Amino acid sequence: MKSVFHFLRECLRIISRGNAAYYVWMVFLLVCVGQGLLAYGHQLDAGLGVTNMRDAVSWGFYIGNFTFLVGVAAAAVLLVIPAYIYDWKPIKEVVVYGELLALAAIVMCLLFVLVDMGRPERLWHLLPVLGRPHFPSSLLAWDALVLNIYFLINLTVVCFLLFAAFRGRPYNRKVVVPLVILSIPAAVGIHTVTAFLYNGMASRPYWNSAILAPRFLASAFCSGPAVLLILFQVLRKVSRFEIKDDAIHKIAELMAYAMAFNLFLFGAELFKEFYSHTADVVHYQYLLYGVHGQPSPIAPFAWASLCMAIAAFLLFLIPRTRQWPVTMNLGCLLIYFSVYIEKGIALIIPGYTPDTLGQIYEYVPSPTELRVSVGIFGAGFLLFTLLVKVAIYLLSDQPHAAPEPAAARR
Amino acid sequence: MNKPQEQAGAPSNYSRREVMVGLFSLAALAALAPGCSPKSKVLRAYFHKHFKELKPAELKAVLAIWAERYQLAYGQPVAVQATPPLDGVKFGYALDISRCIGCRRCVYGCVEENNQSRDPQVHWITVLEMEQDKGIDLHHSTPYYNPATVPQPDKFYFPVACQQCENPPCVKVCPVNATWKEPDGIVVIDYDWCVGCRCCLTACPYGARHFNWKQPGLPAGEVNPATEYLGTRPRVKGVVEKCTFCLQRVRQGRYPKCVEVCPVGARKFGNLLDPHSEIRYILQHKRIYILKEELNTEPKFFYYFGL
Repeated sequence: MKSVFHFLRECLRIISRGNAAYYVWMVFLLVCVGQGLLAYGHQLDAGLGVTNMRDAVSWGFYIGNFTFLVGVAAAAVLLVIPAYIYDWKPIKEVVVYGELLALAAIVMCLLFVLVDMGRPERLWHLLPVLGRPHFPSSLLAWDALVLNIYFLINLTVVCFLLFAAFRGRPYNRKVVVPLVILSIPAAVGIHTVTAFLYNGMASRPYWNSAILAPRFLASAFCSGPAVLLILFQVLRKVSRFEIKDDAIHKIAELMAYAMAFNLFLFGAELFKEFYSHTADVVHYQYLLYGVHGQPSPIAPFAWASLCMAIAAFLLFLIPRTRQWPVTMNLGCLLIYFSVYIEKGIALIIPGYTPDTLGQIYEYVPSPTELRVSVGIFGAGFLLFTLLVKVAIYLLSDQPHAAPEPAAARR
Repeated sequence: MNKPQEQAGAPSNYSRREVMVGLFSLAALAALAPGCSPKSKVLRAYFHKHFKELKPAELKAVLAIWAERYQLAYGQPVAVQATPPLDGVKFGYALDISRCIGCRRCVYGCVEENNQSRDPQVHWITVLEMEQDKGIDLHHSTPYYNPATVPQPDKFYFPVACQQCENPPCVKVCPVNATWKEPDGIVVIDYDWCVGCRCCLTACPYGARHFNWKQPGLPAGEVNPATEYLGTRPRVKGVVEKCTFCLQRVRQGRYPKCVEVCPVGARKFGNLLDPHSEIRYILQHKRIYILKEELNTEPKFFYYFGL
């Protein structure tokens, strides 16, 4: 029997080989990670004052990225549901790549939380038994718990599937299937708990809205599949991975509905705020144009996000444009960047502007924040690339990677 | 069935948690400090238990470690105490908006008393200048007023600090129990336990919590050496701090510094449980304004109109 040790050695062998493009990509990602580490070292030494966050805007770009990536992690796995319902043929592959994306996204989430901490060396205070996590009232304690559970579920599933593929045997359904099913409510859970983290802040009227969690889920259903759609097309080209065009078009169609729902919820918020026009409308004014006659630095981003969302919705709504690869991929990019702005910038900053005493602090990320964030994205893409490379080889390219049903029958 | 195992394991007067902490510390010791005895103090400070779980002897040791550190840092003896709350006391504060002239003596008195960072400046009190014809309207206020003299005509002044809520949202959201409400009603922070996540800054509706974005700049000659573990002792970077009603003073029966330095007597302080206290007199006889009453935080900081 081939052991875990052999499996790990085989993984190392797979990731150390590749064409020139692969090596260039790896070096590029390592450079991103390296400069990110340097920037983070500076931040550790000098304190979070090297960011542009201050008491008024006490969470910024880091937590925005965290929020966006929680959505990616959640939605990648939620794709399992339509995969079962519509019986897409390579359902195992859809699940595996979804979970790989979820793994990489969760790692990035945890890193973004880590770099946002004032005293990262004290994170053990959050651990059960060793520390004193504040259950049940602190949403951040819950968030740390569910994110780690979700991480472990995905890690287990991926390890089981890949190890089984490595040994050329069918995977253990008794372990994998319940875990995949469990990962679906867990995916909804991480996103809901993250939404509640903001939602529960009565001091911030911008977030204290009951449709915040549904908005989170709707936008996540757009951004996660956008990444996977592009990945599936790349995989079809470079490996023996096969996915029917029908399945790809169906994902795009589902994204159109999710985007429609997302836009509808945003519209409902706009109506409530601008029609009732209480003092709290000031946060939406800051989002869309500015307050006290001063233009808001984030308004251009907010409008860009909205326009991209509408354009992508139309592209994915019309059958011809969602089936033509060029417009479909354009739609994916538009959705990805639209949601990135929506979650990363438009969700966080107006919640803090004006602050609780009515003062305006104009926050834009500092160079250090950008560099650390690039480093974390580099680390996440690096992890994802390596995982996908191993998965491609073991699931479709290696000699005994025969089609699953035949292998099972034998 | 498990009994023999239990007996073979740790003595029963050690909790499971203590054993785990011990193991964890040992592992870290082995990894970090190969045979360095001065470093063990660093590790003991790093791994010490939550304030509420410290036994009296352990608390004494922690206080001693900090006193020694401050002595080294500031070149003078700095006492670090952990005075417990007094029985039968719940502190309340009242501020007369009609008297306040916006001179900010309270702001700087507080900074000196409570060892706040001078560079970068950390202020626990924010004085807002408001317009007479707009009333109490935060969106039309500014903390950055700087006229030659105060008060300015057509303006009034509205100081804000921690409201010492009965339902403190900052305590609710803290993921690690680093902040809590003491029996005398004061919301405190353990700077040794805070992880610096800043959930509390987001949750506080009054902008009362302040984060140390940089290493606090406190010149050696300006240290107030009578400090409290949960209050006025010098902070480190990366942790949150806030007004404690000067617990180092009020638990000794003195007034908070801001009450003492106010030149117009706009600030009143006392025991809410004592029916004959000045604070109870004000609550019974004056018109009271509660900031953001709709959030149900139940502040123990009351604004009133004395004139």
